[in-house]
Amino acid sequence: MQHELIFSGFGGQGVMFAGQLLAYAAMDTGYHVTWIPSYGPEMRGGTAHCTVVISDKPIGSPVVRRPQIAIVFNKPSFDKYEPLVRPGGLLVINSSLVDDPVTRERLDVLRIPATQMAEQVGTPRLTNVVLLGALLAERPILPVNALCDALDAHIPAHRRNLLPQNIEAVRRGAAYAGDFETMGIP
Amino acid sequence: MEMLKGNVAIAEAAIRVGLEAYFGYPITPQTELLEHLSRRMVELDRPFVQAESEVAAINMVYGAACAGVRVMTSSSSPGISLMQEGLSYIAGSDIPCVLVDIMRGGPGLGNILPSQGDYFQITRSAGHGDYRPIVLAPASVQEAIDFTVLAFDLAEKYRHLVIVAADGQIGQMMEPAELPAMRPLRTARPDWALTGKAGREKNVITSIYLKGEEMEAYNQRVQARIATIRTAEQRWVETDTEDADLLVIGFGTAGRVAYSAVEEARAKGLNVGLLRPQSLFPFPTERIAELAQQVSGILVVEMNAGQMLEDVRLAVGTSAPVDFYGRMGGMVPMPDEILTAIEDVYPVAIR
Repeated sequence: MQHELIFSGFGGQGVMFAGQLLAYAAMDTGYHVTWIPSYGPEMRGGTAHCTVVISDKPIGSPVVRRPQIAIVFNKPSFDKYEPLVRPGGLLVINSSLVDDPVTRERLDVLRIPATQMAEQVGTPRLTNVVLLGALLAERPILPVNALCDALDAHIPAHRRNLLPQNIEAVRRGAAYAGDFETMGIP
Repeated sequence: MEMLKGNVAIAEAAIRVGLEAYFGYPITPQTELLEHLSRRMVELDRPFVQAESEVAAINMVYGAACAGVRVMTSSSSPGISLMQEGLSYIAGSDIPCVLVDIMRGGPGLGNILPSQGDYFQITRSAGHGDYRPIVLAPASVQEAIDFTVLAFDLAEKYRHLVIVAADGQIGQMMEPAELPAMRPLRTARPDWALTGKAGREKNVITSIYLKGEEMEAYNQRVQARIATIRTAEQRWVETDTEDADLLVIGFGTAGRVAYSAVEEARAKGLNVGLLRPQSLFPFPTERIAELAQQVSGILVVEMNAGQMLEDVRLAVGTSAPVDFYGRMGGMVPMPDEILTAIEDVYPVAIR
């Protein structure tokens, strides 16, 4: 099995961290994983993206042209990746900032008002974690719990006070997208 | 296993293998390497200097290396150009030195995106005069670690300049990898080092030989050492070459992306193999020459206009046709592009 994902949004929305958190969770679950940022001429307020590849065998190319899954945090990212997701793939849309219709067929779409939900948890900076929770409830490439464990294992000591909020954001994202009870979230 | 960014992994590997001093100057896409060392070297009470320029940094490295200190610097393409004079002096002084080049798009100021455009510059000499540095090209974060460790070992074994040459993508990528155990710092200095002559004969380290006969004799010793390196230190990995009709050759990120393309070509029933050079100098010439007898065609893939291509052509001669697919200016080829190039070349290969 191999999963190829692109996370895309404004700089500051936590796009890079979302990809890293998923990568940590994949590593801790025992998979091969690569994480690559876009690090070119990015600017404040511009878009940034990262690519995550998760596989049960050694990974060749860490770059992908057409991901199986794209998580779009804002409209420019929607415009870029809606046409690129592979047929049968999944597009996760932050509907707090994107209300465009999806014109493609043979594409699974999950719309989630992630920024509003993050604000309800306490801060819009949790948008990324809400989206990750929703992603894994929709496509169980890893157990949702692996995200919570990865947060617990890799959050820097000086940010540890933010752990409960982050886990709550994962739970709400997952609950929005899937059946909360069957996911075994504590 | 730890999740590590390539630049950080190289820096931490150097510390674990006993890096005693670092001198450098920040430049993207290499900066995290220097940034990590700026914290860790100070924690460990080892010298770290952010110099005023790359020219200053490489001359500080030269001085420390003359004193037998395990030392390195790192930069990216334009910074390596600035270091060339110092690199040549280091090479001409028979002292061990490790340099990391996290290559970016060029020529000129270029951009900060991944590139393999420095191949000629670093494999031919990396400075004026007749010498060849050992050049190691990682394709993963794990190899970046392993080759950093190897670089120090080879530099000291041969008293030679060793360059770890990665493209910006290896520097910026995160992957799970294993770091080496922390080695204790050296306590004794090599017997050739400039440590103060009290109690022993004077040591001289120089790169100036005013008499032509002496300079030529020196060059002959260097060339003899390079000939030893050429036979002893060729490194590469092969995938699916046993029955290959078409051989793809690529290093670093291009070689790694090519691996995916070769797998897809195999799934389509094409007999394609991959050879990924891990040492760019010495180049795995003999093995490529051998495979050139077996295959019907060769495709070289690089993130430049075709630089390693010349080494492949020297190895292959007229044994097989050699084609090329490259991207430039910081563009990374996607697997589908390389697959298309394979399919374009393949029918010719089995003709």
